[in-house]
Formats: sequence, C-alpha cells, structure tokens
Amino acid sequence: MSVPTVDELEGAEIAREEKELEKNGLHFELSRRRFMQASTAVSAGLAAGIPGSLAAQTPESTRAITLKVNGQSKALTLDTRTSLLDALREYMDLTGTKKGCDHGQCGACTVLVDGRRVNSCLTLAFAAEGSDITTIEGLAKTTDPKEIGDLHPMQAAFLEHDGYQCGYCTPGQICSAVAAVEEQKRGELSIVSLHTGKTEHPEMSDDEIRERMSGNICRCGAYPNIVAAVRSVARGVSA
Amino acid sequence: MNTFNYERANAPEGAIHSGAVHGAKFLAGGTNLVDLMKYGVEAPTTLVDINHLDLSQITSTPDGGVRIGALVRNSDLANHSTIKTQYPLLSQALLSGASPQLRNMATTGGNLLQRTRCYYFTDVSFPACNKRMPGSGCAAIKGYNRIHAILGQTDHGSTSGESCIATHPSDMCVAMAALDARIEVQGAKGKRTIPFAEFHKLPGTTPWVETTLRPDELIVAVTLPPAKFAKNAYYLKARDRNSYAFALISVAAGLEMDGSNIRSAGIALGGVALKPWRIAEAERVLIGKPAGAESFHQSADILLRGAKGYEHNAFKIEMVKQGVVRALTLAAQGTPEGIQS
Repeated sequence: MSVPTVDELEGAEIAREEKELEKNGLHFELSRRRFMQASTAVSAGLAAGIPGSLAAQTPESTRAITLKVNGQSKALTLDTRTSLLDALREYMDLTGTKKGCDHGQCGACTVLVDGRRVNSCLTLAFAAEGSDITTIEGLAKTTDPKEIGDLHPMQAAFLEHDGYQCGYCTPGQICSAVAAVEEQKRGELSIVSLHTGKTEHPEMSDDEIRERMSGNICRCGAYPNIVAAVRSVARGVSA
Repeated sequence: MNTFNYERANAPEGAIHSGAVHGAKFLAGGTNLVDLMKYGVEAPTTLVDINHLDLSQITSTPDGGVRIGALVRNSDLANHSTIKTQYPLLSQALLSGASPQLRNMATTGGNLLQRTRCYYFTDVSFPACNKRMPGSGCAAIKGYNRIHAILGQTDHGSTSGESCIATHPSDMCVAMAALDARIEVQGAKGKRTIPFAEFHKLPGTTPWVETTLRPDELIVAVTLPPAKFAKNAYYLKARDRNSYAFALISVAAGLEMDGSNIRSAGIALGGVALKPWRIAEAERVLIGKPAGAESFHQSADILLRGAKGYEHNAFKIEMVKQGVVRALTLAAQGTPEGIQS
C-alpha cells in the first residue's frame, strides 16, 4: 500500500469541500475556486519557465529603486514597467497625484521633477530615479498644514477662488499652476506671448493663463475659477 | 504592457551598442513611446535610457548656424535666446504643440521619431494597419479619415493604390523642414548627416519603414543653417481646439525680404502627409516677386498638386489653400515686434 502524497491529500480535501459547496447550492464560489486552481496551475507553469511559454521569453523585470519624493528617499522594489504615477500612488501611499487618462492627455497626474512640471503617467519610475520629485503632498509650507496660511500660496488661492468642483483634477492643476507661475517669472514664452509680440516679459494675462494651463483638463469646467486662482498668485494679489 | 529590461546609458557608444540589439528601443522623453507601450503598439524587450547622455547643448556652428543636441527638451529649445530671436518659426511651432508638461519632457530627437496619431494605428483592436502589421491593409482609407493625409499617400509606381494615409503629427518637424535642418546621427560605423527632406519617408509600399535612420543609429543633434527668416516667419496651425491638439493642417512660412520683394522663401505643410510637405517650386515662384496674394495663391496651388481628399478630410484641401496664403501674408507683415528685442 502506497502512502498518499501531500497533493493527493489536498486533492481529497478539496473534493470534499467542493461536494459540500455543491450541496449548499454555492455554484459561484465553486466556479471561482475552479478558476483560481486552473490559473494557479498556469502561472506555476510560467514561473517554472516551461519551454515555449511566455515566461521563457520575457526578461526579468523587477528591480530595486530609490525614489526621492518631497525631500524623502524611499527604497522600493518595482517592476520596470511601473510609471512614476503608479509608484507614487500604489507603493508610496502618495495618492494625492491622480490618474485620469493615463496617456498624457489630461494633466491630472502632473508632478514636479527637478522643478519642472511633467506628466507622471508617461514617466517611468526608473527614469525618475535620482531626480527630486515634488507632489501635491510636498507643496505646503509645513508637513502637517492646519491653517490656510500653512499651505502653498497656490493651494490657498484654489481654496479662496473655489478653483474646483469635484476636485479630482485639482492636485494636477495646482502642481501645474505652481510651475506655470515660475516659468512666467523666468520669462519663458507661450504661443500667446509670440502671437501678441509680448516676448520680453510676458505678463500673465488671462489668455496667457489659459494657454499655459491648457495641459490640465477639468471636466467639471471650473476654468473661470482656476484662472482666477492662478491670476491672483501670478499677479501677487490675494482674493 | 510587456516586460522589458531597463538600462541607463552613460555614453553614446554604449547606447548605440545596447540599442542595436533586436527589440531594443531608446528612451528619451517617453511621451510617445511609453504611451504606445501602454496601448500594446510598441513592445520593446529592452529600453536604453539615453536621458543621461551629454546631448542637451545648443551651440553656434562655424558657418553661423546652430546645433541643437538631441536631448534638448522642446520647452528649452523654444525659449533659447538664439532660437526665439533668429529662428522664431521654430519657437512658434514648438509652442504650438502638445502641453507645457509634455514639452518639458519631449526631446528634439524624440520629436523627429514621433509616430502617427492615426486611430487605427494606435488602437490594436483594429486588425488592419500596414504600419503595425505589414500586409494587413489600411482601415483608415474607408474608415473615419478626418485627420488623415491628402498628399504623398499614393505610390505612383504601383497600381495597388494607397497602403497608408496616416500623417506625421509633429509641429517641430514642419518648421525644421522649412528651415533646411540637417540631422546628425551616430552609428556603430561612425557619424553621418541626413538632410531633413530625406529623413522621413512617404508610405509607398512599405509604410512601416518611417525614416532612413538605420537600426544601429542614434540621433545626436539637429543643425540649422544661418537664419534667413528671423524677421518674417509665421507658423499657422488649424485644429479642433485652440491649444493642446494635433494639427488638422499647419503651415510653416518663412520669408527673406529684399525691400518689398521676396529674396527667398521656406514653406512646409503639416497634417497633410506622412512627412512635412515641401515643394521647392512653390518657393521658387515667389523669388523676386512682391509679397502679395497672387503669388501666394500660386505657391499654394503648387503645394497642393496631386492632392486627394477622402470621405471626411477633403476639407483639408481648401484649408491648406487658405492657410498657405494666410501664413505667407502674416510672415510678410513681420514676426511680432517683441521677438526682435
């Protein structure tokens, strides 16, 4: 008489449980379990590198990385496919940065990399290693802001001017606006500056603000108040 | 997205070596490549990150022109003092494209290699796309083709008709074509320079071959000859919304004036073909003539020779006709005053 293997014991156990489930009419749970068993077998095959399987052809893609965000360095192990956006949200608990389109078309994911505004959805985390990354969580004057005065002036201006409705695009709008004001102060041009001939020290007219903020879409249509918030900071006047 | 190896290159030679491996791609700004990887259109097995190569300088050349490193970001290029004062056509084109965030990421070299925004190319659920799957056909010819080509899409040597009616999406490239730019590339066997007009290819019967860049080559710089159009340049872009949208059509127009007469001209069209569209004769007919609607119309007609509209994009023919005249008229009036300071 042969001694049953562990697998056979487990198999007998599973069969008993399944009979129980069937008897109680729990067909959904039964099919879920069977699906999970089947896919476990498939992934085991992949991990084992069965000849001809996908696993045999795909490169090893998980690596160590250190990201410096809001002044703090954090060591992580990430898949090379991870976008900076996903690294922030899924691995660093920095969920202020939002995922809108995930294709560089909406600006909700805007963060500052070495002081420049970029779309974090199209930035690979590994390409951002070694850079100083600033997210919406790192803009305020204090780490634990309690009053409006503790906030970054642009954050305060969005509050004062009601520059949002649902608020989903707001962190991207604010990060973008912070950089837009800096760019204008440095004398950088937009197509509006070129078309109006105001290329020496372009002023933040409303047309300039709209053009310079055009990389951030707001589906609620809070644009008039967003422009008002940016205007108040750019022109150094409070509400 | 498929998995891939990621490596950082520290020197062009190392990058070229790594990039020559089958399935490898260079990563610069990533604004187009990473996007297409998410859609499953691009599936590199290795990404060679070239962002740390020393290719971010803008320098003067001995002949009085300018050399732009391949990694100069679009926003930095547009705002560089030499570019905005001597080559305002290029600044205008750059600042007409994408968004501030994307321009901060996108590079000069990467912009040259932008892939088409044809929806049938980008969406892998459409089975027919000769660019993605050679021989599978073109879904756009009988599909929704509002953003598609009206020029250069037919292969005159064959009877098999069009293989692809996609357009090249770049604004920067349209200005560079009109400015007679040259592209410096480096490969395992050394460096060579490609005139702008010879860099991008029309679809012909092989629409999946988009440039004359060889697999082992890396773009290292773009050079511009001495500026001729500093005072009279206009980039006109027609699109569905006023910012952050690709061109339906665009016109890069540069004029070199001799009093009230035209000494030389550079005109290129965007949004109409798989490469910036430039016809030498359309510029020649302006030489020695006064700036005026009559000769500008003549230029437009020459540029549009052989134009063919499809179900949804025939409007582009009239739009180009008016756009060329308008861009040349505005160029003749002078680049806005402030730019000269």
